[in-house]
Amino acid sequence: MNQIIKRRVITRLSSIVIIKILFLSLPVVAEQLIPTIDDSVEAFIPAPPAEVIATDAVYDQGGAVHLEWQLSPDDDGSAGVYNYQICRQQEGTDEYIPIDSVLAGVSSYIDETVEPGRSYQYIVAVNGDCGSAPSEASNVVTPNIEWLNFGLSNLFVIGLIICGSVIYFIAHAKRGKKLFIRRIAGLEAVDEAIGRATEMGRPILFVPGILDMDDVQTIAALTILGRVSRVVADYDTKISVPVSRSLVMTAARETLKASYMAAGRPDAYSDDMASYITDEQFGYVAAVDGKMVREKPATCFLLGAFFAESLILAETGNSIGAIQIAGTARPAQLPFFVAACDFTLIGEELFAASAYLSGEPKQMGSLKGQDVGKGIAMIIILLGVIATTFGNAWNISLLRRIADFLRTLFEVG
Amino acid sequence: MRREVPLIITAVVGIVFVIQYFIPHYPFNKLNGWFSDWFSIIGACAIWLGALNLLKISADKVYRKRSGWGYSVVIIVSFFVMAVIGWLGGESFRDFGTSFDWMYRFVYTPLSSTMFALLAFFVASASYRAFRARNLEATLLLLAAFFVMIGRVPVGDAIGMKLQLPDAIMPSSIAIWIMNVINAAGQRAILIGIALGIVSTSLRVILGIERAHLGGD
Repeated sequence: MNQIIKRRVITRLSSIVIIKILFLSLPVVAEQLIPTIDDSVEAFIPAPPAEVIATDAVYDQGGAVHLEWQLSPDDDGSAGVYNYQICRQQEGTDEYIPIDSVLAGVSSYIDETVEPGRSYQYIVAVNGDCGSAPSEASNVVTPNIEWLNFGLSNLFVIGLIICGSVIYFIAHAKRGKKLFIRRIAGLEAVDEAIGRATEMGRPILFVPGILDMDDVQTIAALTILGRVSRVVADYDTKISVPVSRSLVMTAARETLKASYMAAGRPDAYSDDMASYITDEQFGYVAAVDGKMVREKPATCFLLGAFFAESLILAETGNSIGAIQIAGTARPAQLPFFVAACDFTLIGEELFAASAYLSGEPKQMGSLKGQDVGKGIAMIIILLGVIATTFGNAWNISLLRRIADFLRTLFEVG
Repeated sequence: MRREVPLIITAVVGIVFVIQYFIPHYPFNKLNGWFSDWFSIIGACAIWLGALNLLKISADKVYRKRSGWGYSVVIIVSFFVMAVIGWLGGESFRDFGTSFDWMYRFVYTPLSSTMFALLAFFVASASYRAFRARNLEATLLLLAAFFVMIGRVPVGDAIGMKLQLPDAIMPSSIAIWIMNVINAAGQRAILIGIALGIVSTSLRVILGIERAHLGGD
């Protein structure tokens, strides 16, 4: 028993001695591990950047300041310079607060966290191996809100030309001048499609896309619905407009009601003609597909904004033998409609449909104005292709400048 | 007045929206946000109109035993089941693991995916009709589709390497050329037309020339 106690005491004492020796020797070991700085080699602190200039960003909402500076002379691509720290002092405060950093070699920065009307001053500090060196403070800058965005002046002029030509041709048509508008097969077939449904005694299905009233395609679809429903009311055919947005339902009902009133058939109108199904894309598709299969409409209009459901709807319509007129301004969905429908309104034809169907000179005039825009676009594209191709092939600087000018003509901002 | 008031509102809002695009100053810089908020609020209120309309039409169908009235029963039951489960879940009804979340993930999502999956079969049937070489255009379409499809899969280039084709006419190179040159040019032409069409339609609506949606000529 005594021997066991003795052994335990010895073990404890020896462990205490070992720990003490270790702790006492640690600072000595640490001193040996830390390399001493050779006084003969100077610590490398890069020279500071110079000429920090802060300017208010033009044509904006006073929310940005442009900073430019001269790089540190030591920023020559070697590993000595890490980055530049941007520090900002706000009006009414004394301290510079770091707001962001940019990599070595970068000599500009846009501060988009400023508030209009407040003054700011900046310092750019270069960070190197052994420290950082701040620049002199920049000039004081106060971001302002501009009244006009002259950066969009090119867009303004182009818009003015196109809108001007549309308005000019509307006025031209009002004076009774004859305008040539090319034939659009899909729209020529509208009356025939409605007539077919009437003869067969089957309903017409009108799907105005799956987007809300804030999409121009939905508005275009409802204007076409206005024309179609007028004829439908005349022929006393049944029409069904399932929609996927409540606001579209309300607008479609108003359109249908107004058309039936205009056709002198208010008694034939029913609120049930336009019905809401669901906002969910595939839930809506399932319901419309079911409607197609059960009610077998003779004619399907698929006009508006469509996504993945375009082919599902068009193929179901095709399988029941309906005559289908489709149209969308989404280029990715057009091939599906072309493959599965009888007539497809490609892009601009969807927007032209209502004017075309009305046959009114004023509306037709707007289409002619649209053609002027297309003509201008064709000429500019042709000029751009010629200038780029020959300018680069034969190294003609004038042609290259023309190509650059045409390119900047359509740049926004 | 019933027709004039919407026309005036449309014209004023349309013109203001065109102007605000070029003026970054207050209050024009806030208009877009304000109108978007109003639209969201009106849309949120209108959802009740839609939901009530759905229930009314479905209930009417069931009451009158019209064709397909069984589906309307499913709509009404599903509507109330989801609404009640969501209501019982309280404020956090959409959190992971709640009953509403379970219904969404294991009932709604599979049903939705099933509808989406139909697309695969419809693509096959539509492609079959579109790619039949009946005339010159359809034949060109068929050839373009062949090269794009063969160029997008590894076996296309494997065949090209076996035939020791130069890089320029490897199936993948042809596919890239078709997509970047022919397809891109066609798409851009369509997009330019769409942009002009939107300008023209917007002008007609703003100027009150287009009144079909109000029942006018």
